[in-house]
Amino acid sequence: MSDAPVAEVAASEPKHTAPSRARRTALWLRSTHPVVVTVLAFVASIIVGGILIFITDTPTRKAAKYFFSSPGDTFSRGWHAVSQAYVALFEGSIFDPHTAFHGSFWHALSPLSETLLNATPLILAGLAVGLAFRAGLFNIGAQGQLIIGAVFAGYVGFAWHLPVVLHVIVALVAGIIGGALWAGIAGWLKARTGAHEVITTIMLNYVAVALLGYLLTENGFKRSGSNQAISRIVDGNARLPKLFPAPLRVHAGLIIALLAAAGVAWLLNRSRLGFQLRAVGANQFAARTAGMDVGRNYIVSLVLSGALAGLAGCSQILGTNSSITGDIDAGIGFTAITVALLGRAQPWPTVLAGLLFGAFQAGGVTMQSRTTTPIDLVNVLQSIIVLFIAAPALIRALFRLRGAADTSGQQLAKGWNG
Amino acid sequence: MKLELRGITKRFGSLVANDHIDLVVEPGEIHALLGENGAGKSTLMNVLYGLYEPDDGEILLDDVPVRFAGPGEAMAAGIGMVHQHFMLIPVFTVAENVMLGHEETKAGPLGWLDRRAARRKVSEVSRRYGLAVPPDALVADLPVGVQQRAEIVKALTRDAKVLVLDEPTAVLTPREIDDLMAVMRRLRDAGTSIVFISHKLKEVKAVADKVTVIRRGKVVGQPSPSASEQELASLMVGRPVKLTVEKEPAKPADVVLDVEGLRVVDPTGVVQVDGVSFQVRAGEIYAIAGVQGNGQTEVTECLLGLETPTEGTIRVHGRNVSDASVHDRLRLGIGYVPEDRLHDGLVGSFSVAENLVLDMYDREPFAKGVAIDLRAVAANAAMRIDEFDVRTPDAEALASTLSGGNQQKVVLARELSRPLKLLVVAQPTRGLDVGSMEFVHRRIVSERDKGTAVVLVSTELDEVLGLADRIAVMYRGRIVGEVPAGTSADEIGLLMAGSTSQEAAVTGAAPHGASNE
Repeated sequence: MSDAPVAEVAASEPKHTAPSRARRTALWLRSTHPVVVTVLAFVASIIVGGILIFITDTPTRKAAKYFFSSPGDTFSRGWHAVSQAYVALFEGSIFDPHTAFHGSFWHALSPLSETLLNATPLILAGLAVGLAFRAGLFNIGAQGQLIIGAVFAGYVGFAWHLPVVLHVIVALVAGIIGGALWAGIAGWLKARTGAHEVITTIMLNYVAVALLGYLLTENGFKRSGSNQAISRIVDGNARLPKLFPAPLRVHAGLIIALLAAAGVAWLLNRSRLGFQLRAVGANQFAARTAGMDVGRNYIVSLVLSGALAGLAGCSQILGTNSSITGDIDAGIGFTAITVALLGRAQPWPTVLAGLLFGAFQAGGVTMQSRTTTPIDLVNVLQSIIVLFIAAPALIRALFRLRGAADTSGQQLAKGWNG
Repeated sequence: MKLELRGITKRFGSLVANDHIDLVVEPGEIHALLGENGAGKSTLMNVLYGLYEPDDGEILLDDVPVRFAGPGEAMAAGIGMVHQHFMLIPVFTVAENVMLGHEETKAGPLGWLDRRAARRKVSEVSRRYGLAVPPDALVADLPVGVQQRAEIVKALTRDAKVLVLDEPTAVLTPREIDDLMAVMRRLRDAGTSIVFISHKLKEVKAVADKVTVIRRGKVVGQPSPSASEQELASLMVGRPVKLTVEKEPAKPADVVLDVEGLRVVDPTGVVQVDGVSFQVRAGEIYAIAGVQGNGQTEVTECLLGLETPTEGTIRVHGRNVSDASVHDRLRLGIGYVPEDRLHDGLVGSFSVAENLVLDMYDREPFAKGVAIDLRAVAANAAMRIDEFDVRTPDAEALASTLSGGNQQKVVLARELSRPLKLLVVAQPTRGLDVGSMEFVHRRIVSERDKGTAVVLVSTELDEVLGLADRIAVMYRGRIVGEVPAGTSADEIGLLMAGSTSQEAAVTGAAPHGASNE
């Protein structure tokens, strides 16, 4: 009895004493609170990325050859390369003084618009992976679900001709159904046969990619008169409206993504279904003993997850692009896993993670075009952030943080055994 | 070897798990460490075993101060530990398990494992101390008692002079407990110092030469082993404790549960439950006694619908529920306290409040359309926490952070907070301390007095004898005897070991062990 047993389990945070406010803030800053860890992971990734730019930059390496006669050269060139890359990354994603004052007011917002545009499908697919994770499932199949969602939505978009407003809604519904069906296959297999969803969703990714490849050679899907593997063009009526005048490209998909985040938050925290999904995800045995149908929950959560990934596909085909190509997924399905990890499978943090990665993507394009640093750096930065979050011990050691291990990110990274 | 702990202090944050603990274990002495769960016994032993570094104090072996950086060093210094959960690899043989980590290899560049040496060692040690452990048997095939002896052999082959047994009797049958005590006495006579960690008073009294009681991290007394159980319990809990359950005679009414010809065959073809039939009436406690793994778990799982019987019917108030889902049976008024509360009873990462509605979240007053009424959940939590005296910082604390006793209170509070016709409780006090045990028992009896039919599955004879109005004993999937309350522990003990009722009634008259008084 008493509070002694807790002490045996874990070294608890200092909640028994009441330090001053300033001291509390200082303690918090050195704690392993998820926000602190995430920010530090970001800082660490910028540092590691800087080192990588430094040692791979050609002028810097040339200067390094006469390092001992003029070490300043190496550092100034290295600094130049690193700062240029990060400045370009910033300019491409948030604010660009070079273009801001040429053209209309909207031009100044263009980098932000690109960030939001890139973030939209990442948020939706990130929510998809996060929702499934909360229900105890690893949905590695956001890619396939996104593709099938895009195929369904795209087909309705270019093959059907419906009135304005109605057309885009029908196309969105089609995309949702496509993604939900594709994920539902994995859910059904798991509930019925116990097949592990990691395996089935990955395999369904390959099937989806191959299916898309096949469709892009079929008349009726393929754009007639084109030699390229590209689909017909989606009707104007089926396109998601742009939110702002040209040249800003951000479209109504962003609104859908934010609504989806709100919906997922409500579902998980306030609804009966969400309670069930979380219970099954956290302890399927206790959930079963409490009378919940575990198999049915697997199907439901994967269907919902697939629906969200399908919406990401809609954002791609009805918003950002207007026709389907072989790379409609553009790596979003996999990046979504890291977005969900960074957002710790919580809806609003996932939105923030999606925005961050959207900014990386948008900035990466500018960086690639303006400096010698390739866009691959963005992948490195994203990976390092996630690496640090999955291994909080590393961050603790690097920044000498105190306190018990924060395992929320770790769990997401570790739970491959289902 | 003489073991001495001097002023051992171990803090976790601001909590002091061990507060200047002094302990002296002489060579050839069985020293019982008695204390409730969470009193700091395990922390102390982990300090001794090099798993924790003490904040203060020192460890002396034969009056020489030592420091262990890890279990390896502790083992090398002659300290052997038999954990509550065995550290054996089930698909390895006993000899392989014993050599694991200390593999001897034959001469030559290839370093072949010298299995013969390992086998010889096992036979030699087990012969010397009468442990009877077959070196070539796969651990998975051995009964729990023998597995435990294999652990002891493992420690002894590494020349343990101080043997720590952490709650060794929790998994054993009464017979096996007697055997273990005999082994402990033989080891003691051979000069081994034994630290016996337990919260079971009878066993401590039966085997210990010295007793140290720990409460809240402090040594609170060193009573003589001949002190009464009452005294030991009070010292352990810190207040006077009633060890017997006070209850009125049962007033059984209509039959609530009628189980007929229940048979469970698992997918590998093993018969787990073999034609079990029984009836339980409203207002009585029907106890199913038996050693773990004789089909009781499967019977309770069939009652709730977690397990599908191969044959047989289950009726509740005359209604056949054999095909009903778990959900429907809960709705029908079956309450269920699973034997493994953290595995089946609670969601560890859910708050106490959420766990208190885990099987009621979808009904009034907690469900509001498709949503959950969080205010109703919170109000319910406040009420239950108060009613069941759940010690938790608040209702939002995660269930996994509570102590075992409080976790069990959460499960009980949930199940008893809805109107029940039938309550199925399995191992309700496993791992609980005396204080919580008392509470749980009282609630079960009061539920009976409300007119609920209660099925109690327990491997603890004391618990069965204290609570039951009728007792069934299961052995190898069958009910081998159904006896009235008040039957002697010896007779039930024999039934648990597989004798038929008639045999048990005859031989049960002769006492055969200190644990089964």
